[in-house]
Amino acid sequence: MALLQISEPGMSTAPHQHRLAVGIDLGTTNSLVATVRSGLAVVLDDEAGHSLLPSVVRYLASGEVEVGYAAQAAQNCDPHNTIASVKRFMGRGIADIDDIASLPYRFVDAPGMVQLKTAAGVKSPVEVSAEILRVLRRRAEAALGGELVGAVITVPAYFDDAQRQATKDAAQLAGLNVLRLLNEPTAAAIAYGLDNASEGIYAVYDLGGGTFDISILKLSKGVFEVLSTNGDSALGGDDFDQRVFCWMIEQGRFAPLSAGDARLLLTKARDAKEALTEHTDVRVTAVLSTGEMMDATLTQAAFNAMTAGLVSKTLAPTRKALRDADLSIDEVKGVVMVGGSTRMPCIRQAVADFFKQTPLTNLDPDKVVALGAAMQADVLAGNRAGDDWLLLDVIPLSLGLETMGGLTEKVIPRNTTIPTARAQEFTTFKDGQTAMSVHVLQGERELASDCRSLARFELRGIPPMVAGAARIRVTFQVDADGLLSVSAREQSSGVEASVQVKPSYGIGDEDITRMLKDAFTHAKDDMYARALNEQIVDAQGLIAATRAAMAEDSGLLSADETATIEAAIAALEKLIAGPDHLAIKRGIEALNAATTEFAQRRMDQNVRRAMAGQKLETFG
Amino acid sequence: MDFTQTHFELFGLPQSYALDRGKLDAAYRELQNTVHPDRFAAQPDAEQRVAMQWATQVNEAYQTLKHPVSRGVYLLKLQGIDALDANNTKMAPAFLMQQMEWREAIDDARAGKRMAALDALTDDLRAAHRRIEAQLADLIDTAHDYAAASETVRQLRFMDKLIAEVGDVYEELES
Repeated sequence: MALLQISEPGMSTAPHQHRLAVGIDLGTTNSLVATVRSGLAVVLDDEAGHSLLPSVVRYLASGEVEVGYAAQAAQNCDPHNTIASVKRFMGRGIADIDDIASLPYRFVDAPGMVQLKTAAGVKSPVEVSAEILRVLRRRAEAALGGELVGAVITVPAYFDDAQRQATKDAAQLAGLNVLRLLNEPTAAAIAYGLDNASEGIYAVYDLGGGTFDISILKLSKGVFEVLSTNGDSALGGDDFDQRVFCWMIEQGRFAPLSAGDARLLLTKARDAKEALTEHTDVRVTAVLSTGEMMDATLTQAAFNAMTAGLVSKTLAPTRKALRDADLSIDEVKGVVMVGGSTRMPCIRQAVADFFKQTPLTNLDPDKVVALGAAMQADVLAGNRAGDDWLLLDVIPLSLGLETMGGLTEKVIPRNTTIPTARAQEFTTFKDGQTAMSVHVLQGERELASDCRSLARFELRGIPPMVAGAARIRVTFQVDADGLLSVSAREQSSGVEASVQVKPSYGIGDEDITRMLKDAFTHAKDDMYARALNEQIVDAQGLIAATRAAMAEDSGLLSADETATIEAAIAALEKLIAGPDHLAIKRGIEALNAATTEFAQRRMDQNVRRAMAGQKLETFG
Repeated sequence: MDFTQTHFELFGLPQSYALDRGKLDAAYRELQNTVHPDRFAAQPDAEQRVAMQWATQVNEAYQTLKHPVSRGVYLLKLQGIDALDANNTKMAPAFLMQQMEWREAIDDARAGKRMAALDALTDDLRAAHRRIEAQLADLIDTAHDYAAASETVRQLRFMDKLIAEVGDVYEELES
């Protein structure tokens, strides 16, 4: 491995101090922030010593926002303005939310993603999530004593592109630099795998408050390769609460509930579910604002019976994931349990029966995702040297295009390792057709209308030709965050169109800018000063990295090329001294453009060295 | 990135259908360790972009060589032959008969909701898949009979489709 370490890119910049980076588990029920301190991953507590931040946000008429325990305490008395489990609404339209009637919120239908009417105005789930992330960012900055370089934010593996993009937008809104979106089960696998130095096939069963994921991973020589993933992005502990809630209504023979009473019963239902983790039965009582009441005993057996359907709903995706990975149950060496809902005895039993082995529960299922995310953030921030690990993750759902007759043509199948790119050629179906509409879809179903619509765009200006003569090449690129961008090009004329698959749920860059402005006014922060400061830090980092690379690999550049890069550095240095953050941004882009060829040559050299080392190892 | 390099050259492997899977996996890990965007997350944009391009290319090459059908198609493409050409559908009658029998067996298992029959079918199909792979290795690596190899690749693709159909039936019966 010695040969490899010489070319380790993470080490190519000059020695630097520890860069502050965190991992954030943005959960349906609770959220956490963790970091790596002196080589150990630790969850950061608030001043009161709480690790968990309830993912609850309350909007007051004054414009003030409460997040966490304070908001949670107000849930029953102010149900319309107190948003819990907002993760379930990320990147989702009204039609996607099954139990909308039993939720106390005032939903507003908006293109792509629902919005919520609160005392402080209409809020998007992205804004609500950003409030949670902002509290965690401040908690981390206070604990670590400085500004964060960036954060790894976890998402359910089964999140689609819209949900991922919404999460990334929320982080941006909260002033966080997203180093990577990381799948929750993969994060858990890092924490477990590195803890136990494991090798082999592992399954991660992750049942959270509102989402279920199953991932099958192969751990080999420090590489975590996700073989397949499946799940249900609308199945979690909340659904178990809902079953108990319905049982309570039956027991009390309650008339239709007010929002406050519904919230009260849901809270009681959750308490009962949690009590059944430790006890075989629990007494459940509730007195409504109408004076109606209930008092009954819920046994574990009755609870298991009413939730059996939910438990088996997790096993179908588990079978699918194993089949996609082309593995049988006997080949799975261990099963890792993640998410607070895996504390339920019925879940543990069902998983043990299915995999014919006792699942691993030695790490706290509430914290393991945040800890893994923190470890990955530490790597991505460049704090670790050559001995680290590598994650190879996949896309959870197939990506495709709508074709004639409303059918789906898959371009990238599910469980393809990312980053990935694939191109498909299409043609015109009418003589003289000059425009073509491209509809990007995600999902496994044959009918386009059954898949999630990610984006629509038009390719115009195709030269008129007979039907079938035009050759339109549509290229999908999925980056390491699992986010898609699509471009289309008519081959003979070179007409081109591309989209960041983003605006389909109604939040464009303008909205983000407005929300950012709102947020900063609220926080009495100086947006301009902050933006300037960020650009200066970025520019300085870029100059230092470029200089280090030039010192290391001067042999890869001609005198002319060196002079061009030097000129771009000099220009950027001049801009840093000025007050214009947009000009600095342009200078950064110019320097990046000037070094692209150099970066390619450096990479070629890295690859040659790595493969040379590989051959020595193979034959040695 | 050298686009004239073949996927085999990229991983330092001999250009043949017979594959040392351990060597491919090891070379893939080594390459991704070197080029993956996670190795450049703290680096300038230019390096991050190059890393994404490289990692994308390495993934593509790995998937192509790893899967029996795509490896065959790729090797034939290197010989200038399009094995999946839509005009080329020649297929041995005996193979087509066998296909029909398998398909009927799948339908029967599905109609009768017989999981054990599906399990047995899966084993049969996998065994047949392995046999065809061995033939393909022979045709490409030893006999250099690329016309016959094209037909064999198409047979292998049929097998993949059948195995996927069995998967769909499992899914249907389980839900």
